[in-house]
Amino acid sequence: METHQLRPEKWVDQYADYLFNFAVSRVSDAELAKDLVQETFFAGLKSAKNYKGAAAERTWLIAILKRKVIDHYRKINSIKGKAEVRMNYSSQNDTDGDWLEEQVADPLSTLENDQIENEELGLAIQECISKLPKKQSLVFTMKTIQGMSTEDICKELGINPSNLWVMIHRSRTALMSCLNQNWFSI
Amino acid sequence: MISCDEAAIICNKKQYKEASFIEKIKLVMHLLICKTCSQFSQKNAEFTALCKKAPLHCLPEKDKVIMKKGLRDKI
Repeated sequence: METHQLRPEKWVDQYADYLFNFAVSRVSDAELAKDLVQETFFAGLKSAKNYKGAAAERTWLIAILKRKVIDHYRKINSIKGKAEVRMNYSSQNDTDGDWLEEQVADPLSTLENDQIENEELGLAIQECISKLPKKQSLVFTMKTIQGMSTEDICKELGINPSNLWVMIHRSRTALMSCLNQNWFSI
Repeated sequence: MISCDEAAIICNKKQYKEASFIEKIKLVMHLLICKTCSQFSQKNAEFTALCKKAPLHCLPEKDKVIMKKGLRDKI
């Protein structure tokens, strides 16, 4: 069986964005998610000697992050739990149907899956981005995710616009073929 | 007439809404005669749609540097 090794000095570059996406979708607070990722790295470092190399580095880190997310909810619930729990059967009182039967979810609807699918898509894209060369992934995230203007990116990285567009082109083609393998073919 | 490489660059610019009017006309002319590029153009648009649909977040580079430093201190 293939064994894996931990390389903590590369964690931030390789996994920070992936873990961050994972955390944000679960706690929906960027600042908190950042702290959780940081804690995950520290905890990983602390228990590095317990790492047997059976799972890939990222899987192992995700497992730690999951515990951190659970710990977070436990912590906020211990305070919240003391407060009175009020049951509210209908959130909008202006609707016609007061009966619970009228508010049951439509069993034929598949709309609920969209959110889960999109979250998985986000993680798949993030995984593909992490496989790109450093410079390309940087340009792509700045342009596509952070939505920075071409001018700003060129200034920050010290490149000229035609250079930037070539890098964007290469990263997009690489991402498309990566998504072809990891996601439904596009 | 423009080459396929140029067409691809313009197509990418278009994804970020940064292609000029003249560039767009050049692209459309090229797509009329080049099958490969029109396929690419379509895929590219789909990819943009996927990126928009997915909730993508990322850590600012500044925070990563701080994180890296913190980790290095602990190693």
